[in-house]
Amino acid sequence: MSASTEELEDQHGGRGGREGSSATDRLKASLTPPPTPGPSGPGRSPTRRRLIGGVAAVAGVVALALLPLLNVQLPGILPTATYQPGALQLMALCLLMGAAALTYHLLIGVAGLLSFGHALYVGAGAYVLGILLERTGMGLIPAMLLTLLVVVILANVTGAVALRVSGIPFAMVTLAFAQAGSVLVRRNPDGATGGEEGLSLNTEQVPAFLVGVSNTRNLYWLSLAVLIIVFAIVSWIQNSRAGHLAEAVRENENRVRVLGLKPYLAKLLIFVVGGTLAGCVGMVHLLLQSGAVPRTVSADFTITLLVMVVLGGVGSRWGAVVGGVLYTLLDQRLTVLAQSEAIQSMPALLRVPLSEPLFLLGTLFVLVVLFMPGGLAGFVRRLSARSGSGRPGKDPVTVLEQAE
Amino acid sequence: MDTILLLLVTGIGLGAVYFLVASGLSLIYGLMGVLNFAHGAFLTLGALIGWETARVMGADSWGGFALSLLVGCLVGALLAALTEFVLIRPLYERHIEQVLVTVGLNLAAIALFEGIWGTDPVFIQGPTWMGMTTNILGAQVPNHLFITILIAGLVLAGMVLFLKRTRYGMIIRAGVENRSMVTALGIDVRRAFTLVFTIGGAAAGIGGVLASHYFGYVSPLLGGSLLIFAFIVTVIGGLGSLAGAAVASVLVGVLQQFANYFWSIGDFVVVILLAVVLLTRPSGLMGRKVATA
Repeated sequence: MSASTEELEDQHGGRGGREGSSATDRLKASLTPPPTPGPSGPGRSPTRRRLIGGVAAVAGVVALALLPLLNVQLPGILPTATYQPGALQLMALCLLMGAAALTYHLLIGVAGLLSFGHALYVGAGAYVLGILLERTGMGLIPAMLLTLLVVVILANVTGAVALRVSGIPFAMVTLAFAQAGSVLVRRNPDGATGGEEGLSLNTEQVPAFLVGVSNTRNLYWLSLAVLIIVFAIVSWIQNSRAGHLAEAVRENENRVRVLGLKPYLAKLLIFVVGGTLAGCVGMVHLLLQSGAVPRTVSADFTITLLVMVVLGGVGSRWGAVVGGVLYTLLDQRLTVLAQSEAIQSMPALLRVPLSEPLFLLGTLFVLVVLFMPGGLAGFVRRLSARSGSGRPGKDPVTVLEQAE
Repeated sequence: MDTILLLLVTGIGLGAVYFLVASGLSLIYGLMGVLNFAHGAFLTLGALIGWETARVMGADSWGGFALSLLVGCLVGALLAALTEFVLIRPLYERHIEQVLVTVGLNLAAIALFEGIWGTDPVFIQGPTWMGMTTNILGAQVPNHLFITILIAGLVLAGMVLFLKRTRYGMIIRAGVENRSMVTALGIDVRRAFTLVFTIGGAAAGIGGVLASHYFGYVSPLLGGSLLIFAFIVTVIGGLGSLAGAAVASVLVGVLQQFANYFWSIGDFVVVILLAVVLLTRPSGLMGRKVATA
């Protein structure tokens, strides 16, 4: 039995002794985020740290909520002043992508599930709501509730099938489901999805305060609300018994099974919650962009989410949000930068790579994976560990490595 | 009857293209546990540079075609070897990071190709004979399919011979079976890693040139769609199994053609096939067990 050897290796080998274990376990072990460090200095107790974190979070949210009322200019980062629609649209998109990355964090960071089909649920949220509004004449709220139900069922069915396997096969099944969804959307059955062109939002049933350029700030606040709600639900799930169980499954599935607990149900719960929240993000995305495009269902979009989460740091909630915001901002601003005079007048050798935002983002991503393990969150953690205690080795991972 | 025959041959032709991409993926995963997302970039670069070569040499000459295959093969192999050496090797034994690096490379490389060659597909041509058809039992079969199938067959035979008859082939097979044992016997498996990447890249480069003739165009996006199907083929065949990749490629290619022709649901059928295979045999058709697969 491979189970017993894995158990043994896990007890003795730690990080160094993964050589012989199965591919799935190796995958899982490397997905594991580094353990959170303890209090970083004698003066700061955990409760006090939590208090400081809470105050900072509230202050951040208040600042974000006030931005549409202020005239803040950030040349180079935002296209216009913060109270104008151009900047609000971009900021709202950033917040939504942060929320989307957060739902993906629930899968990869908490349960260790490497899914390549997460875009399916974002796309389902956007397209189902769009089609309901277009075809049925339902009000926005009932249509949203019905969409939610559809996404929950979709996530349950696909999750129940995909979770029969794990590791790379799981990644492939989810990829295949998303691919089927993507093909369906591009096929444009009965003219419902609009094919490659996408589906434009029918604003008849949408309340007036969510429609039009002048109401962009309402959509911004809606996006901010979505981000906060998603963050709250993800935190709650992660700290619930089911979340702990999912984390235990990520660490060692066999051990959880031996304890008499059911890994399958814990993983399914996480998968469905992640998918449902992604569907909600998709719905607001439809409202914000006044339409849905096939890209939101594509494998490329899932990979974008993966890149966001990894940039921010796998296993960190705020890392995922920052990764999502940063990626979206960079993607948008680099596109604008590419058309600028300075880049266009460069010789071709420099101009061609610099005018491709995805080339720069891909390169940045590779560099982060190679030289900044743990992404932004890992970087900040190392920084605070160094300045907080004055001596390295507080981090449990470092202690483990030194012991070996 | 003639329609069925035509669908069968085009299906096998498509399967041949899938095989050229999937064989490398499968070997790389089997030996190293890395799902190589950059494989699409190897393929695309092979196709693009191959077409540039053919155009310089004269696209309708056999010499140009042969040289484009050779150049595509070399470009794919070189890029793959470089990838393994520069990006994969420093992350030895950290599988998820290795996968992520290939994801990033794929993003960056495809964007760069788009910057150089543009996003629009470029329609290509080969030697005149390849554009014609041959009558087989009433079916008008395009000639380029024979070339594609022949070359994929040769690549398969070459790979099998290499794996069965050479010392390095033996090390690779042993490594797929049980890598820690090979390492314990004092053999440096890492050299086999570079080798497997190079072989996979070479096959993908050839696959890229042949795929561009199969579809009739080259574009920086050529690799993306092929890669997803190659992944599916690899998983259906059993990760790490060359024979499985060959069987599954033909199976998927033929099934896709038939389902597309009769019900135009080829892509769905492939997805359903994948789900069914994974649920009944999680390790794929010819994979041994999940652990080594």
